[in-house]
Amino acid sequence: MVGWFDAYAVSIVDGIAFGLLYFTLAVGLSLVFGMMDVLNLAHGTLYLAGAYLAYALSDGGWGGLVLGLAAGIAVGLGGGALLAAMTQPLAHRGHLDQALLTLGLSIVGAEVFLLASGGEPLPAEPPAGLRGSVEVLGHVYPAYRLLFIGVAGVLALAVYLAFERSSLGALVRATVADRDMVRTLGVDTRRVLFGVFAVGAVLAVVGGVLGAPILGPAPGIDGHVLVMSLVVVVIGGLGSVRGALLGALLVGQVDTLGRAIAPDYAAFLLFGAMFVVLAVRPGGLISMVKSA
Amino acid sequence: MILELDGVTRAFGSLRAVEDVSLRIAEGARHALIGPNGAGKSTLFNLIGGSLRPTKGRVLFAGRDVTRLPEWRRARLGIARTFQHSSVLLSCTAAENVLIGVQREAGVAARMLPTPRRRRELLDRCESLLETVGLSGRAHVPAGALSHGERRQLQVAMALGNRPRLLLLDEPAAGMSPAETARLLTVLKDLPRDITVLLIEHDLDVVFGLADTVTVLHLGRHLATGTPAEIRADPAVQSAYLGTAEMGELFVEA
Amino acid sequence: MRDGMKGGMKVLGPAAVVVALVAAPFIATSYVISLATGVLVLGLLTMSVNLLTGVAGLPTLGQAAYFGVGAYATALVARSWTQVGVVHLLVATAAGAAVAALTGLVVVRTRGVVFLMLTLAIGELTYSAVLEWDTVTGGSDGRATPAVSPVWGMPALRNDGLVYLWVLAVFLLLFALVAAVVRSPFGLALRGIRDNEARMRADGYPVTRYLLVAYTFAGGLAGAAGALWISSERFVSPSDIGFHVSAMALIAVVLGGLGSMWGAVAGMGLVVLTRDLVGGQFTGDLAGRGVLLLGLVFVAAVYLMPRGLAGLRLLTRRRQALAAPGSEES
Repeated sequence: MVGWFDAYAVSIVDGIAFGLLYFTLAVGLSLVFGMMDVLNLAHGTLYLAGAYLAYALSDGGWGGLVLGLAAGIAVGLGGGALLAAMTQPLAHRGHLDQALLTLGLSIVGAEVFLLASGGEPLPAEPPAGLRGSVEVLGHVYPAYRLLFIGVAGVLALAVYLAFERSSLGALVRATVADRDMVRTLGVDTRRVLFGVFAVGAVLAVVGGVLGAPILGPAPGIDGHVLVMSLVVVVIGGLGSVRGALLGALLVGQVDTLGRAIAPDYAAFLLFGAMFVVLAVRPGGLISMVKSA
Repeated sequence: MILELDGVTRAFGSLRAVEDVSLRIAEGARHALIGPNGAGKSTLFNLIGGSLRPTKGRVLFAGRDVTRLPEWRRARLGIARTFQHSSVLLSCTAAENVLIGVQREAGVAARMLPTPRRRRELLDRCESLLETVGLSGRAHVPAGALSHGERRQLQVAMALGNRPRLLLLDEPAAGMSPAETARLLTVLKDLPRDITVLLIEHDLDVVFGLADTVTVLHLGRHLATGTPAEIRADPAVQSAYLGTAEMGELFVEA
Repeated sequence: MRDGMKGGMKVLGPAAVVVALVAAPFIATSYVISLATGVLVLGLLTMSVNLLTGVAGLPTLGQAAYFGVGAYATALVARSWTQVGVVHLLVATAAGAAVAALTGLVVVRTRGVVFLMLTLAIGELTYSAVLEWDTVTGGSDGRATPAVSPVWGMPALRNDGLVYLWVLAVFLLLFALVAAVVRSPFGLALRGIRDNEARMRADGYPVTRYLLVAYTFAGGLAGAAGALWISSERFVSPSDIGFHVSAMALIAVVLGGLGSMWGAVAGMGLVVLTRDLVGGQFTGDLAGRGVLLLGLVFVAAVYLMPRGLAGLRLLTRRRQALAAPGSEES
């Protein structure tokens, strides 16, 4: 048993890294979807934008990283606000129209990326100090990924605490659970939505900036991380940070470990996990949305 | 007995929408269900029709316990209903709306290839049903283009298309003009006695014009059952309606 | 117009189109013919999307999965067993339908945007599975196949025009079949389910079963399209079955008018035209970026469509409200 863990220790740690990466994406998607039934299909495009920023602004050192983060936050806020504004006029027409709008935007975004990158994956190296590997407990592991786990973990914790413990978080939770009720209490739920959209977008873009050395800017990455986020939301449940975290860690682990143990069948494993959860608990593992 | 409700209760958390209601309806009856708003009438219909399951109690249709059966199975046994909010298929024509029930009852609803001759026969039946309820000439109009009153008439035609044994009508006259209401009353009165009619109605002209038995629900509980005259005279019923507009109506001499 | 003339026009229109389609290889250039072949093949895929989205009201972004299952099943058969096109069609249809039935069991219980999300996941996971399972699928290298001969005894088709005619023949057959299904009692039931599920249940229809049958049928249709892809391209790789294929098909359905089968095919024609023909005109930095134009056109279309995507009913938190009399949607 211990031997097995030992052999796959690197993959397991990798699984945590990917899990936290997927969390930064899934949480925004899940909250916006849970609140307003708006499926943001351009969410993966936000990640791609962040990864591209990391590539474009990197100078091999820490300055580039910090610049990338700052730019990421700005792009995230702007992108989130833009998406919220663009989907608003369609709100009365139904959620599918809004989803299709974001689909169109994601297609445009992917094309813009292809123009900027020439269709090839772009290199995104971490700052010089973190390019090597470290040895931990007899295993060699990329230093940047360990740092990423630390930073993303702290971020996840911060988001979780803000959502579960702060009064702002309580407002968001209430809006997810019963939007109409919150509206009758005099709260402008559109502002809450805009805020959640923006924060979710910032997380996605920053996730891209930080995650670029792990999952770098390349054609198709936007679709890949979008689907991973969707699988996380399906498994973990809508509208809850806890669900997104649990789902993301599970998906990250199944995907990474699956690739290590049975590379031909990793996708089937993920498929299977998603369907098992759906068949047994249709609302996902933890769902906070009041059923229609 | 075509319908028996045995201690039926439906709770939503701590709210008892329907509580311990028992009812027996004979085949061929014209039975009205009345009560102030919030009395649980529509919930009771949902429990009979099958879109809701009771928390407690049993529903028996033609002697058979249908409590566990899903809505679509109960419909196939012979229960048809109309809804309080006109529930029609907006993008389909009036005839197609009626065809939904007619083709199902004729057993061809699952056919994946068209049979023009059969369809013509069935559409003829649809058109005659539309004529019966007063929608002749509107057969090829999309339901979305029909007026409110016409949609309510359409629902009745749709329900009849199923050749039901039990017809549940949820406020069929709501929002209808007096002429339309009179027409509806005639249609319902002309229905053969092998169809049992159970209707929820606030329009007491319809209730007293059609029903041979009236049941009053109040706050989810059964309050009284009797002939229209008995109900009208019942003091408990009168006080249940206290403060609502219906009170004045009850006191008016026919 | 008098009824007789009207009836005549109804047959004349489609007949003229069919004649034009059959005559095409004798008059058009090879490039146009291969474009047209692509439109026919993807048109079948678009029809499968339309059946689910336009007719049954289930918006899908995952039909490329069953298209891929069909194409890869055909590739395997073509490489190791037989080159006969009819066999390819049977195998691919069965494979697409089988996988659709299996995945449909879970997916068909959901509606609206949740359904969209799940089908998106199915499409992408199939793409990943195909990419990873390289011992069987060839992974990112894809699978090349020998030329297809439509029926036993016929020579293998190598000429673009002949391939086109084979694809056209199958297309016309399947188009007629699907059009018939839409006009059937089953088709009416699907439209009813799209409009008002509660009504359908109350009228005795087991809604989930109907949707599962529709989903399986659509999967089979997409699989058949996959077989025709092999007939025309003689090659399949994961990038041919990715998310963008499902997206193009959905865009085509929206542009072509939900529910209309010929509109769906025309929509795909528009998509291919915009992407390849118009996009091919771009020069300089934008060369080859026809998809960008398509994306922008689509965004504009979503905004400008007068009644939005009418006919699609989504899970909302409120029950279906009473529509104003005279309007055509609730």
